[in-house]
Amino acid sequence: MTRREILPDRTGHFGPFGGTFVPETVMAALAELEQAYAAARRDAAFRRELGELLRTYAGRPTPLYHAKRLSRTLGRVRVYLKREDLLHTGAHKINNTLGQGLLAVRMGKRRLIAETGAGQHGVATATVAALFGLACEVFMGEEDMRRQSLNVVRMRLLGARVAPVRSGTRTLKDACNEAIRHWVTTVRTSHYCIGSVVGPHPYPMLVRDFQAVIGREARRQILAAEGRLPDLLLACVGGGSNAIGLFHPFRRDRKVRFVGVEAGGSSLAPGHHAATLLKGSPGVLHGSRSLLLQDRFGQVLPTASISAGLDYPGVGPEHAYYQLTGRARYVAVSDAQALRAAQLLARTEGILAALEPAHAIAYLERLAPRLRRGTVVVVGLSGRGDKDVQTLAAHLGANGAHPRHL
Amino acid sequence: MERIRATFNRLRRAGRKALIPFVMGGDPSLALTGPLLLALEEAGADLLEVGIPFSDPLADGPVIQAASVRALARGATPPRVLAAVASVRRRLHAPVVCLSYWNPIVQFGGGGPRAVERFVRAARASGCSGLIVPDLPVEEGARLRDAAAQAGVAVIVLAAPTSPPERLRLIARASQGFIYYVSVTGTTGIRRAMPPALVQGVRQLKLVTTKPVCVGFGISTPAQARTVARIADGVIVGSALIHAMGRARGRAALGRAAAFVRRLRVAV
Repeated sequence: MTRREILPDRTGHFGPFGGTFVPETVMAALAELEQAYAAARRDAAFRRELGELLRTYAGRPTPLYHAKRLSRTLGRVRVYLKREDLLHTGAHKINNTLGQGLLAVRMGKRRLIAETGAGQHGVATATVAALFGLACEVFMGEEDMRRQSLNVVRMRLLGARVAPVRSGTRTLKDACNEAIRHWVTTVRTSHYCIGSVVGPHPYPMLVRDFQAVIGREARRQILAAEGRLPDLLLACVGGGSNAIGLFHPFRRDRKVRFVGVEAGGSSLAPGHHAATLLKGSPGVLHGSRSLLLQDRFGQVLPTASISAGLDYPGVGPEHAYYQLTGRARYVAVSDAQALRAAQLLARTEGILAALEPAHAIAYLERLAPRLRRGTVVVVGLSGRGDKDVQTLAAHLGANGAHPRHL
Repeated sequence: MERIRATFNRLRRAGRKALIPFVMGGDPSLALTGPLLLALEEAGADLLEVGIPFSDPLADGPVIQAASVRALARGATPPRVLAAVASVRRRLHAPVVCLSYWNPIVQFGGGGPRAVERFVRAARASGCSGLIVPDLPVEEGARLRDAAAQAGVAVIVLAAPTSPPERLRLIARASQGFIYYVSVTGTTGIRRAMPPALVQGVRQLKLVTTKPVCVGFGISTPAQARTVARIADGVIVGSALIHAMGRARGRAALGRAAAFVRRLRVAV
């Protein structure tokens, strides 16, 4: 990757990844979205309006918090947490839905469609739909509706229709399928608000750009706090939007290493994890070419993770490209390690993180003993853990003190 | 490719329209896919469209999704579906067109840079004259078209009611054999009525091409097929045919499918 290279290229490719693999019916809508976004980017009024909403409505900038007790517990490292969990609706997803919501209004669309896994993106989309007076329909796997029932209630309270998806694995992958099918049917009036850096061009670029506010702030904040750039950025990766959002503004800082943490599930055997970058092979799903968990005939494999937001057999094409070029490294941690890390963070810092970013904390726990003393690490804390309390309770002993399965 | 052209030339001379039934390879079973194709031709089909099942069929409604799930559960894979076609190829006169999503094609025979060429050659060897890839827009299709041209296989491109005029021209130029016009802004599936804009849509496409235009997605009854046949060169019927087979297994499914296609034949 050279300094001047702009990605994706004009046809939406990140090297061999990305592109546009969708039914013809939505091709015109993708072109319309690309044009609307190009015009909005150049429009000072759009940037001002988005900036104003991010500040006064979503609660930006979020703090970059020096987690001293966690740092001491882990030893050797200076850990900073980028507190996206403090945003309105409780996760980084709102950065993207505010941007896409404004674009939808500019394009004259009256409805927002979204897929959701953990429900955070569904809630963020429903919130923005309410804010802008748009109708909203969220597709969610039945299995995810069960394990993230709190978020289902939140979406309904916000006026969204939550459509249960009963096909396939009844999780995020099938929610994406249904959302795309519904979009194919209602494309003239609806904007498909994709929640991660996946899907056909221009979505991986657009969602990245809206999430890059995370990294822009973090870069400024760490320079102010430490007087230097961090050594390491660490974030969880499902589709990969919070990780790309953190990494992207540092991409030219060659000395800053990027590590993405995937869901290792219960084991790295096929069907028991969602570690796409670790175990996947190149393939096409949901509109773009990236890495994919699949069998030798190209059928997409089921995934498993304790964290609904990471339970996805694909990954954003830019992450596949980062891995190919060596710009970022990707690792996986297990369900059990993530559960333990969520508790570690809660007890050392008083922060109840979602199980998704708990994966990043878990990897840091593993990595810390091998790091040089004084290593500065920024961890993307993408969301808060309220939604996971039921899951955590099920895995803890009766008094919450003695975790089972750990 | 030649077979498709010859078929449409013959139909045009006879003043007839093409009837193109779609079945999912491996549904109701792999063993029945070959006999089913023979029965459909016997019942009056001019071309035969065979689906290769995929785990995530984005352009398909519930009926074809369910057919894909059944086919995969019974062990259908791309090589096995092609083998089923090959098993009856010598006894069929109608050209066979295979439909597959893009991912099974790029993984064919172990994936890698030669997978598309391998797939196209295997399709040709099994007797397929054309390919339809519903999630491969014309912009991303160069690799498939190059490989298919080498093997003499037609790549049939889809046009939609939402395709603007400049895209219709692009699609018409790229498509071989015929152009597949998607009748509805939506997925495949059974519908009560054809959209009123269909006539206008087909007319617009016909303005930019002399290639045959066949219409599919949502054509469910003989009456609808008749209406569509007045404006298009061919009628593609999938979900309604699969629905007509219902829960029937074995030879009973063949009988029901043939009876439905005979009714369509009378109408078209």
